[in-house]
Parts: sequence; structure tokens; C-alpha cells
Amino acid sequence: MMEDNRKLIVSASPHVKSVHTVRGVMLDVIIALIPAACAGVAVFGFRAAWLIALCVGSSVLFEYLARRVMRRPNTVGDLTAVITGMLLAFNLPVKTPEWICVIGAFVAIVVVKQFFGGVGQNFANPAITARIVLLVSFASVMTNFTSPVVGGADAVSAATPLSFLGRLHGAAADTTLSALLESGSLPALSQMFLGVRPGCIGETSALALLLGAAYLLIRRVIRITIPAAYIGAFALIMLLVSGFDLTYVAYELLSGGLLLGAFFMATDYTTSPINTLGKIVFGAGCGILTAVIRLYGSLPEGVSYSILLMNIACPLIERFTAPKYFGYIKQKKEKKAGDAA
Amino acid sequence: MSRLRADAILKAVARGRGGVRVDHHKITAECETVRMPIPPRVVLPMQQHIGAPCVPTVKPGDHVDVGQVIGDSDKYLSVPIHASVSGTVKSVADTTLANGRIAPAVTIESDGQQTLYAGLEPPAVHTKEDLVKAIRASGLVGLGGAGFPSFVKLTVKPEKPIDTLIVNAAECEPYITVDYRECVENSYDILSGVYTLGELYGFKRIIIAVEDNKPEAIRILKGIADRDLHDGNVVRLMALKSRYPQGAEKMMVLSATGRVVPQGGLPADVGCIVMNVGSVAFVARYLKTGKPLISRSVTVSGDCIKEPANVRVPIGVSMREIIDFCGGFTAPPAKILSGGPMMGTAVVDPNVPLLKSNNAVLAFSEPAVRRKPNSDCIRCGRCHAACPMSLMPTEIEKYALLGDAVTLSRLGTSVCMECGSCAYSCPAGKPLVQYMRLAKEVMRNAGVK
Repeated sequence: MMEDNRKLIVSASPHVKSVHTVRGVMLDVIIALIPAACAGVAVFGFRAAWLIALCVGSSVLFEYLARRVMRRPNTVGDLTAVITGMLLAFNLPVKTPEWICVIGAFVAIVVVKQFFGGVGQNFANPAITARIVLLVSFASVMTNFTSPVVGGADAVSAATPLSFLGRLHGAAADTTLSALLESGSLPALSQMFLGVRPGCIGETSALALLLGAAYLLIRRVIRITIPAAYIGAFALIMLLVSGFDLTYVAYELLSGGLLLGAFFMATDYTTSPINTLGKIVFGAGCGILTAVIRLYGSLPEGVSYSILLMNIACPLIERFTAPKYFGYIKQKKEKKAGDAA
Repeated sequence: MSRLRADAILKAVARGRGGVRVDHHKITAECETVRMPIPPRVVLPMQQHIGAPCVPTVKPGDHVDVGQVIGDSDKYLSVPIHASVSGTVKSVADTTLANGRIAPAVTIESDGQQTLYAGLEPPAVHTKEDLVKAIRASGLVGLGGAGFPSFVKLTVKPEKPIDTLIVNAAECEPYITVDYRECVENSYDILSGVYTLGELYGFKRIIIAVEDNKPEAIRILKGIADRDLHDGNVVRLMALKSRYPQGAEKMMVLSATGRVVPQGGLPADVGCIVMNVGSVAFVARYLKTGKPLISRSVTVSGDCIKEPANVRVPIGVSMREIIDFCGGFTAPPAKILSGGPMMGTAVVDPNVPLLKSNNAVLAFSEPAVRRKPNSDCIRCGRCHAACPMSLMPTEIEKYALLGDAVTLSRLGTSVCMECGSCAYSCPAGKPLVQYMRLAKEVMRNAGVK
């Protein structure tokens, strides 16, 4: 008989665990964001890479400092700050001054995330909220988009496809889609798909974003529910409004930050519902709000605002769409009958 | 053809119902069950089942034979306990069980003779009532792990007619292979048990359910199902998707029949009886020999066990002796489990008696059972997706910590069966099962159901 005086571990079941860790999950998200980052650098030049690095660096630094000041355990290792930094950079025009990037990182990490208790506790998506704060604070800088530098072209100030599309509806409607296409104000659909168009660093290339999204779906990091509901609801409204003009809907889908928002920001774990019905309501809500803002709002783009608004509604959605657990018996009616008797 | 289609639909339903994919580690699957020599003494706790504990009917100094009743209770929800060795009662005193509880136990010093008790004879069973009486006397509890007295399951109340018997051979817990060995080695007993029960109860359907990762068991059980010579062929085999916790009673009923057992209810509420395959085989053997439940098969496995095996052991032998019979440890273990790695209990000391409901003794090294670093919840929802009961474990955790029993009740905490799927899949390494237990404790203390 082998003698051992070591004590045995006694803990609650289960005694085996899956291989998933928070860091592993976050690493998958970072990997999924890399194609879009590469596309951003290819379209807008090396300044895009520099801004991504700056946002990531300052986000991680703020995360570290904030935890330090609040005397909380260090959480830089979970890599969530890296993702926030990347997403923040993806939502900025390439000409954004460095100090504005740093302010954005501060708002995202310190104000939105750490003030509310850190990872898993924030009620709004840090990167989106930071972008909105920057947008309302530095409106001219944040809407100063440049043309792509692909093929050695010079970066000049340029209007985004969305601002042209915005002129198609509302009281100020002054043009038609065919007129825009003829005048060459809008890039060709293939260029839109590849991302060769003015816009924020990480939002332009649908190809890269879809590659990353496919990776997340295959690795089961995210489910298709939210993006499908988001894009589905948005496309449906656009189809109805345009009288089933598929070209127009395609332009709407490929412009602005719709794909980035639907696959990478609306699916943020912390700020979206965990149950399937809740996910559908949340995604559809994002889609409807985005469509309404784009069609009737004074802003050309509505992705950030719609996701933020739905983030805030998330606890409510979760509450009202709570799934019926296995073997649930409706009790209220019986009770009321009993009370009356 | 329609049968096939119905199966496919039911399987699809079962897929949507959470669960996790676990590594099976069925390393003892091909190890033929070996008999352990009679130990010098056994300790027989008076509480080996869900329900009222037994009162010892012997006193120190008494001579007992194998199969003699040594503890019984006059309460309904209880089954007698029998001597598993012949010899002298040494003491009747409190002992610590694997789960840390303390219960009175009868210790018997074996004389090595294994003399059978003279009063043992095959029971005369002609009706359901005879069977229920006989099964209670046999001391049978569910051999799958929960330890629910089997005679209660077999008692049919007139207001709850039963039309389906489900023979549970899913064995979804990793490592454990005793049910599989039962299928391979004692298929005749299973066959006989299934038909005896079928004749007595007149079930409309008898479903033998097994996970599809055991092709050999499927082949053998299929042979049993196809041998049904009755009109209408009531016995059939169902190969279920291998997904933990497929073998859990409520999951089993859903997968096999599509029926949902209501909250707080039993399979009988939806016309089903679910019996472990080992229990069915035992029923057949008992009706033939009259020998009560005095031994059972256990899987001895884990990376610290020298010779993993399936062992037939007398009830009440210490876990330590079973491990020593299997060659002892290869390295000092970090954790010893009574039961499987998903729902089993970690023991403080392996010198505890093996109970009727224990189906495995597992010993693991530290890396095999290493816990993840415990970090904050990221609300990824994996726990909710994995929960076969569609609960929201993170919400339950929150309200358990707040002590809000009313909200816990609204969230359906009581349907949690502690299968461990949530904690298994949590990337933040949260001990969610522990929180579930805390939540139930909060509800108990507040008197909320």
C-alpha cells in the first residue's frame, strides 16, 4: 500500500472543465479582427497601423492603471482591453489626431468599462460609446474622411458613400441612385466589397470582416443569431423603403459600419442578451434603429447609436424574453383563482 | 419508415436542449468485470438511498449470513439493507460517508465462508403488486447513481397510468463503463428483465436507450429488441446522440418519447418508468435466485489507478480496498471521486464504504482535475446554452448571492439537477454548481419552493 499523507482536493462537481478560457475566447476575437486590420492598412496606409497600435497600447495602459489605482486585481491578461483598442481604432477616420485616439481609449476603458466594475460589468460597449463621445466632441475631425491610398493615390478629403446615400431620402432628397452611380460619386459595388472607399479604418472591407466573422462562427465564439437578426431586419426595411431595389440595398449593407457593428460589436458578450429570443430582439432592434437613423435621422450613420441604445435596453430585453425553463408550469392563473376563492 | 423519421425528429429536439460534449475516457470499456475477493470486513451504512434511513436490526456479536436483512425501516420511502458477507457483527456505530455525512453503520467481520442466508428463495411474482413487494425486499435502488428506491418507480398509481418503460443504458458520464459491461456480459439478464417487466405491466413501448458511441452495446441490445416475439413489437432500441447529460432521467424521457417531465415531477407524471440497465438486469437475477442487492459493479479508473478495471464488489467494502485491488496508485492522487467526474463526489478520505448507488471509483492526478483560474463572468452565455434545463445560471448565481429566494423560484432554480454542464463550459472557471446548491439552500431556508 502506497502511503501518502498529502491531502486530497475536495471541491464541488464537475471535476473536469472544458478547454475554454476567457483569454482563449478573447484571443479568438483578436484573430478574427486581424483581417480587417490588414485591410485597413492596405486601404488607408501605414497611419492606420499606427493608430491601431496607439489605441491598443493606450487601452491596455489605461486598463492597467485603472485597476492599479482602484487596487483591484490586474486584468490586462484577459486581452479584453486589446479588443476594445482595436475596435476603437476601427471606428476612427485615418486622419484622427493621436491625442483624440488617447482620449477615446480613456473614455472606453476607464469611464465606460472600469467605472462600472471592469469586464462583464459595463452596460454599454466601450468602443462604441467612446466613438460616440468623440463624435459629439470633435464632430469635424471625426467626420473628416479621406479617400483610399490604394495604388499610390494621394489621401484627400472625401465624402463617404453613406453621405451620398443620405441624399436619396428625407425632406432634402435631391438626387437618385442612378444619378449618383452615373456621376461616379459612389464606388463600384466590387470596390465597396473589397473596402476601397472612404470610411473609418476597420469598417470598409466587407471581405475582411466576413472572413473574421466566419472564423468566430466556426470557433463558436459568437452565434449567428444577432448578426442575422441585425442585418436581416435592416435589409428588410431597406428593401421595402426602396421598393425592392437590390443595388441600393447592397450599397446600404456595404457602407458605413454595418458589418463591423453587426458581427463584432453588437455581439459583444457583456452588452447583449444571452438567450436566443433576446438575441433576436436585440439584433432586430439594432437593425431597425440603424435603418431609421440612416433614413430619417440628421446623421448619415446610425450603427453606433443603434447598438448603444440596444445595449441600454439589454437587461430589459433579457428580462422580458427570459426562456421558459424545462418543465415550466404556468402557476399564476391557478394562484389567482385560489385567491378569489 | 415513420419510426425512423420520428427518431430523427426526436434526436433533433434533443440536440437543441443544451448539454456539453465531454471527453469520454472510457478506457475500461473492454475490461471484463472481475470479482473482488471477499474483504475482511464491510461497513454497511444505514442510509444508502434517497429517503428514510434504516434502523439496524442486528447488534454487535450477532452472526449474519450473506443476504440477511441487517437494517430496515417502517417508513414508505426506504429499502432494507442486507449483509454482503457472512460473519459476525462487530459494531453498530456512526461512520463517515463519501459525501462527508455521518450515518450509523453496521460493521461485519467476514468469516470468509460467504454462507447464504437460509431464508433466501426466489419470490413468487404473479402481479405488479407482488413485484413491487419483492423489489422492495431486494433492497434495490437505482444503480445509475442517484439511489432512488426502485420499488417506488415500479409502483403504478391509478391516476398516473404508465405506457412506456425506458431502459437507460446511456451512461453519459465519462470514464464509467459498468452499464456497458452489463450489456456485453449480461445481455440475457437484461432480456429477461425487460420481458418480465413487459409482461407484468403491459407497456405499450419499451425503449432501450443507449448513446451512439457504444456500437457493441447497440448491436447486442438490438438483438434483444429484435427478439421480441409479441404482437406489435413493443421493444425497440434507440441510439441517442452522445451528449452529456443524455442519461439524466428527464433528458432521457425527452429524447426517447418527446415528453417533458413537469417541474417537480417524476417520469411517472408523463407515463414513463426509467430504469437503469443494471437495475433491470438485477431484477431478472433477483427473480431467479432471490439474492438481494449485496454486490454491484464499479468502474475503477482515472490516471492515478495502476490497473483500471470494472470490478464486482460487495456493498460496504472500503473504496481504498477496491483501489488496492486494482494495483493501487501510480502516483499520489490529488482527487479521489466516488462517481463520475461530472456529478461524482470528491472524497476527503478513500477509507469510506462503497454504497449501493456508487458506480465508479476514480483517482486523478492534479493536472487532470486542475481548475481554471476563477475570473469575472464575461456574460458569454455558454452556461445558459449548455443548461439542459434552459436555466440562466449566472442570474441564479446573482440572486443566490443576494439571498432573494422569490426571484430564485421564478428563475426555476429547483429544476436544476446539478449535472455540471454550466460549470464545465464556463470559460471564467466559475463554480456554478456550487452556486446552484447555494441557491437551493437560500430557497430552503426561506421556505420557498
